[in-house]
Amino acid sequence: MLKQVEGSAAVAEAIALCRPQVICAYPISPQTHIVESLGRRVDSGELAPCEFINVESEFAAMSVAIGASAAGARAYTATASQGLLFMAEAVYNAAGLGLPIVMTVANRAIGAPINIWNDHTDALSQRDCGWLQLFAEDNQEALDLHIQAFRLAEELSLPVMVCMDGFILTHAYERVDMPTQRQVDAYLPPYQPRQVLDPAEPVSIGAMVGPEAFMEVRYLAHAKQQQALELIPAWAEEFHRVFGRPSGGLVHEYRAGDADVIVVALGSVLGTIKDTVDTMREQGRKIGVLGITCFRPWPSAAVRAALSRARRVVVLEKSLAVGMGGIVANNVSAAFAGPPDRVHTVIAGLGGRSITRASLARVFEQALADTLEPLTFLDLDRALVDRVLERERSQRRSGPIAEGILKDLGVVAAKIG
Amino acid sequence: MFQIRIHGRGGQGVVTAAELLSVAAFRQDRHAQAFPSFGSERTGAPVVAFCRIDDRAIRLREPILEPDALLIQDPTLLHQVDVFGGLRPDGYILINTARTFAELGLAEFVQQFNPTHLCTVPATEIALRHVGRPLPNASLLGGFAALSGRVSLPAVAAAIEEKFPAKVAAANVAAATEAFEFVQRAMGRQEATRAQAG
Repeated sequence: MLKQVEGSAAVAEAIALCRPQVICAYPISPQTHIVESLGRRVDSGELAPCEFINVESEFAAMSVAIGASAAGARAYTATASQGLLFMAEAVYNAAGLGLPIVMTVANRAIGAPINIWNDHTDALSQRDCGWLQLFAEDNQEALDLHIQAFRLAEELSLPVMVCMDGFILTHAYERVDMPTQRQVDAYLPPYQPRQVLDPAEPVSIGAMVGPEAFMEVRYLAHAKQQQALELIPAWAEEFHRVFGRPSGGLVHEYRAGDADVIVVALGSVLGTIKDTVDTMREQGRKIGVLGITCFRPWPSAAVRAALSRARRVVVLEKSLAVGMGGIVANNVSAAFAGPPDRVHTVIAGLGGRSITRASLARVFEQALADTLEPLTFLDLDRALVDRVLERERSQRRSGPIAEGILKDLGVVAAKIG
Repeated sequence: MFQIRIHGRGGQGVVTAAELLSVAAFRQDRHAQAFPSFGSERTGAPVVAFCRIDDRAIRLREPILEPDALLIQDPTLLHQVDVFGGLRPDGYILINTARTFAELGLAEFVQQFNPTHLCTVPATEIALRHVGRPLPNASLLGGFAALSGRVSLPAVAAAIEEKFPAKVAAANVAAATEAFEFVQRAMGRQEATRAQAG
């Protein structure tokens, strides 16, 4: 059924259709609307016998999800930004224990300085924790990926993180096709745990493993993620069959077949990139797009194949490995069969900085003209940076950087976008 | 694609206005996208929300820098924010005020725009009469339906009814309807004046 709803409402309804049994969450923007909506659904009895458990922190939220999942319940939680960092120890535990928890990460920057807006720093900080990480391009895909996430998680006995851009998707009203309960039930069978805490058949979960077997346990986690690389496209195909629309999978190519330059990105910025590429195609530029839906496991072979004909690759990412460069770009470089200097990193949209077609077209033209730098910060205000550097050169007590830069910038209330 | 930018202040229902507009367009089988310019939500602070309407799926996520229409919920913003920034030459302007463009000191400025696309409407006064609170958003949407014809009044009313409980919805629909009729009359008078002058 077609609906015009907020992204958070669409995701909450999709989660409800997945018949969760335990939902626990601690509120943090921009994830809050999702769990508020689920809280109301539990309260009204619509999701009975699902329990909504209020917790005192994100660490507790993931810990409760671990307990619920270990007891055989289909468990869900959501978080963002500092909340994800605060639960990090338990996030690793959920993966290490092989518990199929599904979590939404409403992507948001990490402080300091405190910033509530969107980028991918939060999810990418947990890229090596052992969870699957799927990134949604729009609200339809966010909704669809959550349904696929439960199926994937439970088949593999691994937790899945569905990443959707905070505010840009969570707070955007757009058209979604909401599946029926019958469709979701046909795709997602009741949860059959591989391990369960059952008083009738007691087991312990989470034993200490020493040097004699820890490596093997880790290897199995890696092997399982490699197995997921084969299963994800298969389940995406099945999703297509049941729901009548393509969604999910590892990567998506757009006008990339004959492209000299291919732009690689994750999440909602792909829409703006595709519109930019359409305009440039009309002008005869051979440029295409590779959207990464599945970031973990890293679909190395699919990325290599998609980029095999490209002369240059531009990785546009909303994350920064401080002191190194692009996180996604590093992964892409490892997969790219061509010379490593043909992979360019463009860091964009940090802390909610708008990413416009005009700015994208500028760097894409540079890539086509072989003049793009290896590492670019899109729309960086160089003069603002230089003022801080000058202050630091000229005085020892130059003060806090964030406050100084805001003072230099002056009032921004009058700015649009 | 038709792009609308809504300016107002925190607490005036600016974000809700964009959402309602997108629902109204959706009800007329259009694709629509509404999103706020996110910031720290403080009552009284300048707020911007955006709505795009198209006949195909909307992928673009940048803020609306070149709007086809501006809805201004608070005329005091004219002195604080570059509300008219990027407005297309054939763009629509609808301002919530009991005053005219000339009385707002905008007579000269608006000469560059199509006069049949410009109107002011006392949306706050209309809202106070029907809703009992100074929330001009529903009234302005009714006025925008009359000014631009990009959404219909019944679609706006249906969007309001979908969003709010029956009693609140009825009051807001009444406000939207009065603003719709106000703008229709104002544009009719303008047309008559032009016909006389012509």
